[in-house]
Amino acid sequence: MKNAKIFPALLLGAGLLAGVAQAADSTNAPRNPRLDDQTQLPKAPPKPARQQYFQPPADTDIPNNAFGELVRRGQDLFMNTKALAPEYVGNEMNCVNCHIDRGRKANSAPLWAAYPMYPAYRKKNNKVNTYVERMQGCFQFSMNGKPPAADSEILTALTTYAYWLSTGAPTGKALPGRGFDEPPPPKGGYDIARGKAVYEKQCQLCHGENGEGKKVGVTSVFPALWGKDSYNWGAGMHRINTAAGFIQHNMPLGRGETLSDQEAWDVAAYINSHERPQDPRLVNGSIDETRKRYHADDGVNLYGVVVNGKKLGQGVQ
Amino acid sequence: MRKPVPQRSPRFLLLPLLLPALLPLLAHAADGSDIMQKGGANPAAMPCITCHGTDGKGMAAAGFPRLAGLPEAYIAKQLADFKAGHRENAVMQPIAQSLTPEEVAAVAKAYAELPKVNIKPTPVERPQPGSGAWIALRGAWERNIPECTLCHGPAGVGVGDAFPPLAGQSALYIENQLKAWRGTKAVAATRKTKAVAAVPPSRRNDPNGLMAHIAVDLSDAEIKAVADYFAGLGESKEAFDESQHRLR
Ligand code: HEC
Ligand code: HEC
Ligand code: HEC
Ligand code: HEC
Repeated sequence: MKNAKIFPALLLGAGLLAGVAQAADSTNAPRNPRLDDQTQLPKAPPKPARQQYFQPPADTDIPNNAFGELVRRGQDLFMNTKALAPEYVGNEMNCVNCHIDRGRKANSAPLWAAYPMYPAYRKKNNKVNTYVERMQGCFQFSMNGKPPAADSEILTALTTYAYWLSTGAPTGKALPGRGFDEPPPPKGGYDIARGKAVYEKQCQLCHGENGEGKKVGVTSVFPALWGKDSYNWGAGMHRINTAAGFIQHNMPLGRGETLSDQEAWDVAAYINSHERPQDPRLVNGSIDETRKRYHADDGVNLYGVVVNGKKLGQGVQ
Repeated sequence: MRKPVPQRSPRFLLLPLLLPALLPLLAHAADGSDIMQKGGANPAAMPCITCHGTDGKGMAAAGFPRLAGLPEAYIAKQLADFKAGHRENAVMQPIAQSLTPEEVAAVAKAYAELPKVNIKPTPVERPQPGSGAWIALRGAWERNIPECTLCHGPAGVGVGDAFPPLAGQSALYIENQLKAWRGTKAVAATRKTKAVAAVPPSRRNDPNGLMAHIAVDLSDAEIKAVADYFAGLGESKEAFDESQHRLR
């Protein structure tokens, strides 16, 4: 693979295209605009030195009553989404794959930092998003599936679990550890070829030569990073900046905080320069139109960008 | 396939003379199950079954590990690591050093073909915080310790070539390995006791240091509890059902 120092060019392109996206007419707006949401989270405040991250309650604190039952059911669904809610999951992912330690780990988009921040107002489109809608977004994009209904047992259980994890957290106040705490873009941009070298040395053992992950029987153990079993082109993780944050804090598994900013960006770019399921918001069957409307202004990403002579965003089934 | 020359037969004495001529033949003749039962061509490569059991399931009380059903590449890697000294053990190192590369390949293949450990896909019980099951199924993320099953597979049945099963191994063996990765810290002298020197880790062969930091950060009590947990899973007689999801 050739060196692809496309980062500065991309930012420029993104800036130019952003204007176009806003000017685009709205006749092709998605059928359910409320699901149109894996937008970037605002930057979380830094953790003051010598202060701990918020500590969610322990499992022993789950009460033994109907509420506790629902908390446990939510936790089970969060860890075993594919097995317990197969009709809503189109790939092989589980929520816990990206929200480590059952949604408890700081800098892995923990649920205790998320739940108290909804409903959230978005100036960009003058809309209010609920917690349930945010989860539906993860079903549609991260899980490449079909979101369960807002009042379904599944989303009620998942909401109850997040509510319980947030016990004692302040409402409406962003906590340190929210989201993935992205490292700043490296000065010289990122490099896909260098990212491949990081991948082969540090990630391949688990995630496989072709990013396919590893299974035991039908159970996914190491999740897929690209290809049909992975998140789709509309998922937040397809942004290089977002993936870089997740990776730097959480990967290689158990050895987070060992990659430099540069390595995290490079390997995130390598992963996200591979094909994955199509963005379900595909506009008129056109990658270019979809890029204009949804990707040009969405952090740093390679959807619709030509890499090594191939335009990305073809999708895989 | 031609059977290898049995040990201690009169012909064995001729071997040194014939060796150059025989070498290509012997290379092909290395027979895995023969090595298990009779050892390698070099007598120092003792028969594996004396310690690893006639069924390859190890000897729990002595801390001799199960080899039956371990991945071929993993077995070969361990034998190479013993040889190279990345994994130190007074018993296994001389044995590994006495096996030819062909014998290593053959015996690894033969053990991999024996039955794998089998754990029923019954729903896992909810682990209690502070228990061995908790470390195995939930980890200790505040110390960056992922749940063991995240790498060693559901119920510890192993994943691919690089992540060996923990189910099927004895508590003593699991404990020994975790302590081998950890070594022991130096203890300073007190008025009544002498200083004890640190013992460096004797197992240093985990890819990218994935295992070592985990062993280092577990307490003795946690090591014992988690070893007991995996040893206590036992083995199911029912065949592994690949079509059923294993829950976390
Ligand atoms: C492929 C990885 C991935 C999977 C799988 C995944 N998510 Fe997410 N999730 C993300 C990303 C990326 C974000 C946005 C983070 C950002 O923009 O910084 C996010 C954000 C969230 C948020 C909002 C966090 C906040 O602080 O506001 C919630 C809630 C959430 N996910 C729930 C879920 C649930 C429930 C599931 C399972 C149905 C799930 N996620 C599966 C990647 C994933
Ligand atoms: C020891 C095995 C292991 C190694 C090495 C490893 N990962 Fe992972 N990775 C995992 C596991 C397991 C998960 C899911 C965690 C969970 O479900 O609790 C995961 C999750 C992920 C995810 C989010 C889920 C998804 O499929 O998108 C990304 C992205 C990722 N890893 C990238 C990397 C990168 C990049 C590296 C190398 C720098 C790496 N991983 C190294 C085991 C590993
Ligand atoms: C005298 C007893 C003895 C004999 C004979 C013996 N082993 Fe071992 N073996 C051990 C012990 C003890 C260990 C554990 C070493 C440690 O603690 O590191 C071991 C470990 C191993 C391992 C590592 C297993 C794992 O799960 O990592 C392999 C592979 C192995 N032996 C192969 C063999 C083969 C092949 C033979 C026959 C050629 C053989 N052994 C003969 C005692 C023996
Ligand atoms: C991040 C991945 C990872 C996690 C998590 C992990 N291990 Fe391991 N473990 C490995 C790898 C890789 C090896 C094989 C090392 C080698 O090649 O010799 C291994 C080997 C072992 C062995 C030696 C097995 C044998 O047959 O010799 C034991 C025992 C072990 N692990 C116990 C544990 C326990 C207990 C836990 C949970 C506290 C755990 N591991 C968690 C990656 C992991």
